[in-house]
Amino acid sequence: MTDLVKALEAEDRGFPELFPGDTVRVHLRIVEGDRERVQVFPGTIIRLRGGGNDKNFTVRRIASHGVGVERTFLLRSPRIEKIEVLRHAKVRRAQLYYMRERRGKAARLKERRM
Amino acid sequence: MKGIIGKKVGMTQIFDEDGQVIPVTVIQAGPCYVTQVRTEENDGYSAVQLGFEELPPKRNGSSRLNKPRQGHLKRGALDLPDLRYLREFRVRDLDVEEGQLLKADVFERGDRVDVVGTSKGRGFAGTVKRHGFNRGPKTHGQSDRERAPGSIGATSTPGRVFKGTRMGGRMGGQRVTVQNLEVIVVDADKNLLAVRGSVPGARGGILLVKPSRKNT
Repeated sequence: MTDLVKALEAEDRGFPELFPGDTVRVHLRIVEGDRERVQVFPGTIIRLRGGGNDKNFTVRRIASHGVGVERTFLLRSPRIEKIEVLRHAKVRRAQLYYMRERRGKAARLKERRM
Repeated sequence: MKGIIGKKVGMTQIFDEDGQVIPVTVIQAGPCYVTQVRTEENDGYSAVQLGFEELPPKRNGSSRLNKPRQGHLKRGALDLPDLRYLREFRVRDLDVEEGQLLKADVFERGDRVDVVGTSKGRGFAGTVKRHGFNRGPKTHGQSDRERAPGSIGATSTPGRVFKGTRMGGRMGGQRVTVQNLEVIVVDADKNLLAVRGSVPGARGGILLVKPSRKNT
């Protein structure tokens, strides 16, 4: 029966596997009126959740004036053009909410080579 | 004749062409056999009876249905498999024949449908859950008032509780119709229908899908 639900799911588009702590660049298709352009949102993945069509991840970045900006994307959304993984990090939990309290040097994550 | 019997599979969300998320309920719809056509002349009203879900025979080869039901499905020229559910749809246009097979493609994308199901049983529910009463205060010296219904009437005049006063009692497990749902996906090969929004009942519950009474 649940196979019927799966039948409706958007297919896996071969994005790289994502992990919490990854530094990524998310290429997002944005429709403005009748124009379409691609916007890039760079940052660190602080959580992954859900499964199937509901799978989503939150990217945190420090914007100008040191303001933290978080954005959650649906992984299977056709609006996501491309996801680049720049580096993996050594993290010890699945949700990196502690990054919200960290500023500057304290907000660094150790790189993990894979 | 537009209508089909189905089974609630569950909910998910899908993306439309613009990348917008649509919440949908997936329904395993049909295939349904037309088991009987009721006509004005014969039965006093016009309707189509559909049968859904083929039953495999028992291990000893005998049917799972009782004799009257077997006879109903195999009468005259009609020779239908054992069907678990029979439901009638009141329709005016009897454009189907007995024995005909209906699939999910009786509907198409964008159609508006009403979906009938049996709501989830809540057992004996109090007034807060059943009628949306407000809860009582937690503090200020209160005891045992948190979900109490409050007053149910005056004293000696009238000296009784009015009929229809909302109180606790059995909730759910009733026939519920949700009107005007948009059909988002139709897949006749997989016998699959997806409608926008939610539908009454638990997963695996039997649903009747029929054309909407509104906006037609």
